[in-house]
Amino acid sequence: MRNYILTGCVLLGSFQMTAQDLLTILDKETPKSENVVTATFKGTRIVNGHSIKNRKSKELEFIIAHRFGRVNTGFEELFGLDQANIRFAFEYGVTDDLTAGLGRSSFEKTYDGYLKYALIKQKKGANNFPFAVSLFGSVAAKSQKAVVGSERTFAESLYYVGQVLIAKKVNASFSVQITPTYVHRNLTAVAADPHDIFALGFGTRLKLNKRVSLNAEYYQQFDKLVSIVARNSLAFGVDIETGGHVFQIILSNAITMVEKSFITESTGNFFNGDIHLGFNLSRTF
Amino acid sequence: MKIIYTLFLFLFVAFFANGQERFLTKTGTISFFSKSPMENIEAENSQVLSIVDADSGQMAIAILMQSFLFEKALMQEHFNENYVESEIYPKATFKGNIIDFDKISATETPVKIFGVITIHGESQKITIEAIAKKTQVAILMTGDFYINLADFAVDIPSIVRNKIAQKIKVSFRFNHKPYK
Repeated sequence: MRNYILTGCVLLGSFQMTAQDLLTILDKETPKSENVVTATFKGTRIVNGHSIKNRKSKELEFIIAHRFGRVNTGFEELFGLDQANIRFAFEYGVTDDLTAGLGRSSFEKTYDGYLKYALIKQKKGANNFPFAVSLFGSVAAKSQKAVVGSERTFAESLYYVGQVLIAKKVNASFSVQITPTYVHRNLTAVAADPHDIFALGFGTRLKLNKRVSLNAEYYQQFDKLVSIVARNSLAFGVDIETGGHVFQIILSNAITMVEKSFITESTGNFFNGDIHLGFNLSRTF
Repeated sequence: MKIIYTLFLFLFVAFFANGQERFLTKTGTISFFSKSPMENIEAENSQVLSIVDADSGQMAIAILMQSFLFEKALMQEHFNENYVESEIYPKATFKGNIIDFDKISATETPVKIFGVITIHGESQKITIEAIAKKTQVAILMTGDFYINLADFAVDIPSIVRNKIAQKIKVSFRFNHKPYK
């Protein structure tokens, strides 16, 4: 009798082994793939400044963005809505890692072009790497006619920005980015204005649910223009994803959307009510 | 002493059976199709792992969700980020039994597979009808079935409800080869 029970146990045990093993074998046989961390940010901008997100290869995006006047201008100006800076732009994924953009802002009739390249990607699994690094460069050209007496050449209308975007998706809902920035202007308003300004940007996004995230962005300047009361750029945004679009609603102390401008030329005091309401609308083709 | 021999015999048989009679593929294909008035969505994953135990007729499948390729990159991102939440649930699995496995011949034989499918962390019992073909060197299984997104707690927001079907057609093709 004892023999039968023992035999039974072993039989049962070996069958059990087979039953349990199949998925374990598949686990073992799964190739160790490297997982590139995606969707660190939903949009190509955190708020005003660029995020590490690129357009995919051959993807064309049309962006219409608005920044209205200051909300503290009161009822007569309908809280800033009477005044608006509009920028429309085309952004194109040359490859999955390289995005090119061309835009035009109504503010100072500024044209801008940029290139953004994903240098290093955050990875999990095989070739684990803790953060992502992208390189960004832009040129802006002011085309608004100068007042008589202060005419400028085309070269004097140019501004350059270089950025290193270092981002980390900490978990599914929280991402951060640090953005060392260099801004150069060929022409300054007064001699005391610096031609070169270094700044350090901090950006973050917090996902409130699967489709809505809260973003914040701050650029600390290490040198400031003296011809204006320059302040550091501070902005908050809400990203709402609706299928093929990302819709961003923005509160910012800058009326501009071009890097050289909102980083170094913001004059609004956010906590004094110098807040510009704005939105970014994009359509991907 | 006899009992020891018996035990060894069984263990040996069990071990031998485990080692020899399994068929595996790492390049199985699973595709799905969502048909809706607004938009048809299609995705394919050709890195699916599937294993069949030819002794017991048991079958297991493991699917890496991030390996599904979509026509549009944005769809793929939304699939992983918003719907199946690949970061939290990287794999979908199936474990079950092929009914009447012994009757599968070298010609196409209709079979039923009964088991549990796990997607998005939710498990459901399922019966899948498939066509199977078995030779000494391969077990081929193909077929399709429907899954209901609500059964797997995949939430479809109202704004895209007419772009994504509630019932998704899933097709598979596994050409298993002897394992080891």
